[in-house]
Amino acid sequence: MTTPPSSQNPAGTGTRGGAAPLLGRKAAKVDRLAELMGERGDDGHGAGVWREAFLRMRRSPMAISGAVIVTVFVLVALFSPLIAPYSPTAQTWGAEVFPNRNVFVGPRAENLLGLDNLGRDQFSRMVIGARQTLLVGVVATLVGFCVGALLGGSAGAAASLGGAWGRRFDNVVMRVIDMMLALPTLLLAVTVAALIGPSLTTVMIAVGVAQIPIFARLLRGAMISQGSRDYVLAAQALGVRKRRIALAHILPNSMGPVIVQSTLTLATAIIDAAALSYLGLGNPDPAFPEWGTMLADAQRFLSSAPSLAVYPALAIIVTALGFTLLGEAMREALDPKVRK
Amino acid sequence: MLRFIVRRVLQLIPTLVGLSILLFVWLQRLPGGPEYALLPDDATDEQRASLRRSLGLDEPLTVQYLSFLRRIAQGDLGTSIASGRPVLEEFLTRFPATFELAVSAMVIAVAVGLPLGYLAARRRGTVLDFAAVGGSLVGICTPVFFLAFILKVVFAERLGLFPSAFRLSPGLDRTNLSGFAVLDGLRTGEWDVVADALAHLVLPGLALASIPLAVIVRMTRASVLEVLEEDYVRTADAKGLHRNTVRTRHVMRNAMLPVVTAIGLLTGSLFAGAVLTESVFAFPGIGSFIYSATQERDYPVLTGFILIIATVYVFINLLVDISYSLLDPRVRAQ
Amino acid sequence: MSSSTPLLTVDELSVVFHRRGADDVRAVDGVSFTLEEGRVTGLVGESGCGKSVTSLALMGLLPSRGLTVGGSARMRLPEGETDLLALSPRRMRDLRGAQLAMIFQDPLSSLNPVIPIGLQVTEILRRHRGLRGSAARKEAADLLHRVGIPDPTRRLREYPHQLSGGMRQRALIAMAVACRPKLMIADEPTTALDVTIQAQILELLRDLVVEEGTALLMITHDLGVVAGLCDDINVLYAGRAVEAAPRSPLFAEPTHPYTVGLLGSVPRLDAPRGEPLTPVRGSVNDNIAWADGCAFAPRCDHYTMECLRGAPELVHATGEHAHRCVNPVGHAKAADRAVQESPAAVGDEEARG
Repeated sequence: MTTPPSSQNPAGTGTRGGAAPLLGRKAAKVDRLAELMGERGDDGHGAGVWREAFLRMRRSPMAISGAVIVTVFVLVALFSPLIAPYSPTAQTWGAEVFPNRNVFVGPRAENLLGLDNLGRDQFSRMVIGARQTLLVGVVATLVGFCVGALLGGSAGAAASLGGAWGRRFDNVVMRVIDMMLALPTLLLAVTVAALIGPSLTTVMIAVGVAQIPIFARLLRGAMISQGSRDYVLAAQALGVRKRRIALAHILPNSMGPVIVQSTLTLATAIIDAAALSYLGLGNPDPAFPEWGTMLADAQRFLSSAPSLAVYPALAIIVTALGFTLLGEAMREALDPKVRK
Repeated sequence: MLRFIVRRVLQLIPTLVGLSILLFVWLQRLPGGPEYALLPDDATDEQRASLRRSLGLDEPLTVQYLSFLRRIAQGDLGTSIASGRPVLEEFLTRFPATFELAVSAMVIAVAVGLPLGYLAARRRGTVLDFAAVGGSLVGICTPVFFLAFILKVVFAERLGLFPSAFRLSPGLDRTNLSGFAVLDGLRTGEWDVVADALAHLVLPGLALASIPLAVIVRMTRASVLEVLEEDYVRTADAKGLHRNTVRTRHVMRNAMLPVVTAIGLLTGSLFAGAVLTESVFAFPGIGSFIYSATQERDYPVLTGFILIIATVYVFINLLVDISYSLLDPRVRAQ
Repeated sequence: MSSSTPLLTVDELSVVFHRRGADDVRAVDGVSFTLEEGRVTGLVGESGCGKSVTSLALMGLLPSRGLTVGGSARMRLPEGETDLLALSPRRMRDLRGAQLAMIFQDPLSSLNPVIPIGLQVTEILRRHRGLRGSAARKEAADLLHRVGIPDPTRRLREYPHQLSGGMRQRALIAMAVACRPKLMIADEPTTALDVTIQAQILELLRDLVVEEGTALLMITHDLGVVAGLCDDINVLYAGRAVEAAPRSPLFAEPTHPYTVGLLGSVPRLDAPRGEPLTPVRGSVNDNIAWADGCAFAPRCDHYTMECLRGAPELVHATGEHAHRCVNPVGHAKAADRAVQESPAAVGDEEARG
């Protein structure tokens, strides 16, 4: 699409307030006519859906605030050993804190966020905790994404291209998925965690497993709706191999909702992980502070030293909010109904 | 209509059978098998072997599964390791408390969420809309147990407005008919019991309502926005109907449909939320029992409760589907 | 056109949509026409020419924010002549359904899917005629019968998805005529229907107009519908009427190149074999602002530099036949004369735009 730079009236809605001499603007008008004629045929459908969505998101305050939060969080998590001024585990100031006598140390010059109940630097623990939290979120989401996408993708491909046999396969897989859906996610996670004992791995697997059915349903649904589109029919009519149709055509066009869900799942995973930690199924190793565990531990002191619980709680809320905002903005930007 | 219900119930059977298989396999795959869970760590191999025999664990898996099914059908879900009482009994004694809690949470969520979501949609882009959407996003992102703690510390411990724990004040004289404190109080006319039970429900109810409330606000808002664009709303306006008629009969009636489905799905998260909320408020329901079962690794309780909860969940969603079909004639037709 | 005062006089109606961070869109840009009782007036044009926005503006159904409506639409009402565009929303609500009614394009999506047809008919009877209970149900059944729906009492209990497309449109028409409105607007009422059903619906509308003496504003892009139903025709392009005439002169001697193009785009059985269709080039988006000249110029075969000299005025070439073109087809001289006669008008237009 070529747009002559001489065009003074690109939107075609007209320059009003015609004070300029009529004939002097003639050239511009003729240019405009030529441009209109030349433009016909390609109305700019070339830009991809993702590009379009990205451009829309750049203007959305929701997306921007989400992106800022997520970026800060990821940066802190990645560089936490450089940022944290002290060791998160050293009880350096242990002699200054007496939880049973309600003696706590709040923010001061050397300890930005004060000390925790064992005399450790709260700021360092928060910073190192970001890394653990990110790790839990990412791994849990990956578990849910990979297994869920595999199940949902194969079911969706089978249902849309596999004929009667494929529909049967889809039916069986979806029954299993429905059963998993019938178990409330946190209970599913609790059961998994109870089975394999408390550890960071437990939390990651438990939270991830709980997300599998959601990913599977989403991808299957998207693939089936794509499978009935005309371009799939056209590809089949041209004799393109089914595996190629599924992998090269249907799958890429179905990824939108799944990617949105991944972003939202990062938030859920962080919150669910906190819940599991609260239930005592999180990492018992104090060398790796994690926001959920910190929050669960600090709740005992909520009346005497509320900040100990409020810092990790705020961190969890803000981080989850960041991923949620980003995911929701993405969903909105990709939604054809919202696009106007 | 009847055919629709029968068909839906029949569709449940494979799901429930599959669920039982899933849980059965689960039980089998416990680390080291159930005998490790049932016996102290220092038990001898002989003790383990005899327990395996007595539990029928050396039979073929199919036989074990069938006897597992038979026991479930007879209402035998095993025995709690911690208390030694049958799992089903443990469930039934605690169910009324959690039921009352879940219902009050859902009532709060629906009573606040529907009007708020509607207003946010009608006043799209205003401060109210922003606050409703922002508030519900924060609500979804707040760990339920933390919110519960905050409510407890602020409204119970600092302000003393509501009781901070349990389901009824200790020492309250009450006639127990069915285990449902509020219902029993209403039936016997013990108004002090009703008031006391309701006061105990406020804070845990609010904490438990947070996620359903947030979801309902957002769903209602999105749904109303969509319906407002529909041609039939324009038709209703073109007929000159009163604004309230258009709002209730044409907008809300249709906008409710996806929300009803969401309410069914949310009951699942209510059970999960109950585990967190009840343990914070020492509320003697299913949730706090699951919490302690988790701490004590009481596997029969965990699996039994999960089987029951999943079944209840499936049936609640059946009820939701049926009420949905009452609301939407198009579903009945297909 | 008859000499008595028209039922509705639309004068210089304009609707401008304001968009954040973008130029305003003049969806309707000075449309004038009149409607008379017992006559069907067509508003014809491609999609995007402003015909639907015109009808929604008359009905007061445009959104309340983000746009400006200008001009006037004076209607003869029992209490005297009233400008519909100046009425309060509450007053407009009283008129809609009672004095003004509208029939929409897609009967399926225009009916509420989850409530029975009966309630959708009786609710308007209750609102404007105070009928309730069995009286309302009986009247509703009579209305359905009147618009040709067989077994009306059974249909009242049914839901929109249980009716055929033609039945649904008949039900919508029943709702529109329920309170014997003076004015009906039909926005592409047959576009979503099968051809055979289209003819039945048009016949029904024609009968209702004749029997009730209703004024019908017919909005369509289908020249077949226009030829079959409309008495007077306004051809719209880019938010303005470019040609207005009674049916026979318009079809016999179209003067605006756009009208000629529309007629040339219709396949005809009686055309000589092998003669190609002569469609209008381009799309409706290829226009320039009226203030800069004729909006149709980019697509016009007849355009000259003259066309870019401000908006052409609507001139009456002969009696009831008006067009907005400096180089009209077959009437070149008449048009030249018209432009020379009103150079001031052209200048005005330029300055005002």
